[in-house]
Amino acid sequence: MAAGMTLSGWALIATFVALCVAMAKPIGLWLFALYEGRDTPLSRVLGPVERGFYRLAGVDPSREQNWRQYAVAMLLFQLATALATYALLRLQGVLPLNPRGLPGLSPDLAMNTAISFVTNTNWQAYAGESTLSNLSQMLALVPHNFLSAATGIAVAFALFRGFARRQTQFVGNFWTDMTRITLYLLLPLACVYALVLVAGGVPQTFASSIDATTLEGAHQTLVIGPVASQEAIKMVGTNGGGFFNVNSAHPFENPTALVNFLQMLSIFAIGVGLTWCFGKAVGDTRQGWAVLAAMMILFVAGVSIVYWQEAAGNPLLHHAGLAGANMEGKEVRFGAAASALFATITTAASCGAVNAMHDSFTPLGGLIPMFNIELGEVVVGGVGSGIYGFLLFALLAVFIAGLMVGRTPEYVGKKIEGREVKLAVLAIVVLPLCILGGTALASVLPAGLAGIANKGPHGFSEILYAFTSATGNNGSAFGGISANTPFYNGALAVAMWIGRFFMMVPVLAIAGSLAQKKYTPETTGSFPTTGPLWIGLLVAIILIVGGLTFLPALALGPVAEQMAMLAGTTF
Amino acid sequence: MLTDIAQATRPALVLTGLMFALTGLAYPAAITGIAQIALPYQANGSLVSRDGQVAGSALIGQSFAGDGYFHGRPSAAGKGYDPTQSSGSNLGPTSKALIDRVTGDVKANPGAPVDMLTTSASGLDPHISPEAAEWQAKRVAAARHIAPSKVYALVDNAVEMPLFGFIGEPRVNVLKLNLALDKAVGKGAQSPR
Repeated sequence: MAAGMTLSGWALIATFVALCVAMAKPIGLWLFALYEGRDTPLSRVLGPVERGFYRLAGVDPSREQNWRQYAVAMLLFQLATALATYALLRLQGVLPLNPRGLPGLSPDLAMNTAISFVTNTNWQAYAGESTLSNLSQMLALVPHNFLSAATGIAVAFALFRGFARRQTQFVGNFWTDMTRITLYLLLPLACVYALVLVAGGVPQTFASSIDATTLEGAHQTLVIGPVASQEAIKMVGTNGGGFFNVNSAHPFENPTALVNFLQMLSIFAIGVGLTWCFGKAVGDTRQGWAVLAAMMILFVAGVSIVYWQEAAGNPLLHHAGLAGANMEGKEVRFGAAASALFATITTAASCGAVNAMHDSFTPLGGLIPMFNIELGEVVVGGVGSGIYGFLLFALLAVFIAGLMVGRTPEYVGKKIEGREVKLAVLAIVVLPLCILGGTALASVLPAGLAGIANKGPHGFSEILYAFTSATGNNGSAFGGISANTPFYNGALAVAMWIGRFFMMVPVLAIAGSLAQKKYTPETTGSFPTTGPLWIGLLVAIILIVGGLTFLPALALGPVAEQMAMLAGTTF
Repeated sequence: MLTDIAQATRPALVLTGLMFALTGLAYPAAITGIAQIALPYQANGSLVSRDGQVAGSALIGQSFAGDGYFHGRPSAAGKGYDPTQSSGSNLGPTSKALIDRVTGDVKANPGAPVDMLTTSASGLDPHISPEAAEWQAKRVAAARHIAPSKVYALVDNAVEMPLFGFIGEPRVNVLKLNLALDKAVGKGAQSPR
C-alpha cells in the first residue's frame, strides 16, 4: 500500500460502494411506483394534499403532455420559482425572521443565487452565515432543493417513457410528475432524514445566534438556525447549497463521521435507484444494472486516485519538515479517506456539497473532482440529470457500435436514428463549449483574473473549476476564488442556465422522438447492451469524449501544477 | 406553442406558491417543532455550560492561547474560530504563502503532528489528533504545575475512536478535554500566559 493509505480507509470506500449497490433496488422500486403513477402507501395521508394542489392549480392529472408541452410547463415553472427567490432575496431586509438585520442582496448576487438554486447547482457566491437570514435560507432556498430535484427526476421519467412507450406522442404530465415526486419521495425522505441529522447533532431552531464566553474569557458568537431541514434535502436532492460558507465541512452541518457517512450515502441514494428504475421501466432490469456497473467502475477509479494523492500528502510540506497526509483544508474527524471519498461522490453526483476544501487538495486530488464534473456528472450523477446524461452517452455508444458493425443502432428496443444522435450530441457539446469558452474568457479579462486567490497554474485551475462547476450544475468550488463580483455572478449564472436547460430540452425532444417509434425486438444481430463488452464500451466512450475535450485545459491547470510541485516550485 | 404557454401559466404560478409554502415554511416549521421537543440539546447547538454561562458548543472549536490549555488547529475563520466567518485557508498545494507559513511553524513547533500546523476546512474544527494532544501534554502539565502522567491520563480518556474501526478517525475534542482538565485540577492552577 502506498504511503499514508490505511486498511480502514479502504474499508470505508468498499463499504460505501457495497451499500450503494444494495440501495439500488429498494429505492428503484419506490421510484418505479412514482414513474408508473401508482398509489404509494403515503397516498392515503398525502392524497388529499395532492388533489387539492391540482384543483387550485387547474391541473387535470389524467391529461398527458407531448414533449413540447412537457418542456414548456417545466421551463415556465423554473421561471416562476426563480423570480420568487429573486424577490425574496432582494427584499430580505424588510422581511421577518431576520434578527441580525441582514440587508437585501445586491441584484447580481440575488440573480446568481436564484439561478444557482433553480438549476440544482447551488453555487455559493454568498456566505450563508453572514449574508442570509433564516427566512431566506428556509423560504427562498429550501424549496428549490425539492423542486429542482423533482424537476430532474421528472425529466428522467419522461425519457424513460420515451424508451418504454410505443407509437405515442405523450411522455407524461410535468405537473403530476413534479408534484408526486415532491410529495411522495422527497418530502417524506427529507423529514425522516432531517430528524436523524438532528439526533446526530445538526441544529434545528429559529434562533439565529448564541453568545458564548469561551474558557479563556473571549466572546464567541455561534451562528445557528434551521440547519437540519436544509441539510437533509440538500443531500437527498443532490443540491449541495450549504447553510454555512464552508458547507458540510462545518461542524453544525456535518458534526460526526457517522453523519458524514450518511450524507455520502444520501447523495447517491436516488441516483442509484434511478438506474434500477430505468431497467424496470424498459422491461429488462439487466439494462439498469449495466448502467450502474459502468458508473461504479468510473467511481472506484476516481476515488482511488484522490485517496492515494491526499493520503500521500504534499511533498513541499514534507520537505518543510511536516510529514503526513494533506491535512490543509481538511477536518480531523474526516481525515484523508472520508474527505477524498466525499469529494469524489459530490462531484460524481451533481451535489457540490464539500466536507473539505478542494482548493487545498493536491493537484491530482483536485483534478479528479473537476474531471468528474467535466464527464457530465454521469457517474451516478445528480438526481435525474445523472441518468439522462448517462443515457445520452449510451445513445452515442450504440451509435458508434452501430457504425462499427454496419447496422442501424438499437437501444432497449428502440431504433436510434439521426435525430436522436444529433440531439444527444447537441446536449453533450454544450458542456465543453460553456466550460472552456467561459474559462478562456475569464482567463483574459481583467475582471476574471481579479478573482483568483492562488498564483500560477493553480489560479487557472480555480477559474476552470468555477466554470466547470457552474456549467455542470455542481456547485462545489476551488473556494479561494472571489466569485461574488458582477462579472462572475453574471457569467456563472449564464453557464448554470445553459448547462441545465440546454441539456434538459434536448433530452425531452429525444423522449418525444423515441416515444413515437415502434418496438424493435432484439435479434441475434443486435449489439447486446448488457454484459462486460457493453459496459467496457460505455466506460471508454465516456472517458474518450471527456478526456479528449478537457485534457488540454487540465494540462494547463492541475497537471502543470503537479509537475511544478514535484520540481519544488512554489507560486 | 402559445397555447402551451397559456395553459401552463396558472399551474406554474399556483404550484410555485403552494410548493414554497409547503417546503419552505411548513416543512422546516414541523421539523423545528419536533426537534425542539424531542431533541432539544442537539437542536439548539449542543451547548456546553460552565458556571451557568454558555461556554461554547461541543461541536465548535474555540481559540486557546494559554500554555495551560490544549490548543486547537490553526484557523482561517475570521481572526480564528469565528463562527460568523467559517472558512478554510483555500491555499493551494504550491502556494508560497502556505509553504512559508508551514516552514515557519515547523521551526517554532518542532515535532508537531501534521494536523497541528494545517488549517482545517471550516476554521472551526473542534478536534485534534491524539498525537497532537500528547504532543502538548508536557507543556500543559508544566504550565499547571502538575505531574505529566495526570495530563496524559486525561488525554487517554478523551480519545474517541472510529465507529466500527473505519468510520471516522481517532480524535480528541479540545474543548471537552480542556473542560475535563479544569475540572480535574481546578481553573486556578493554570498560570496565565
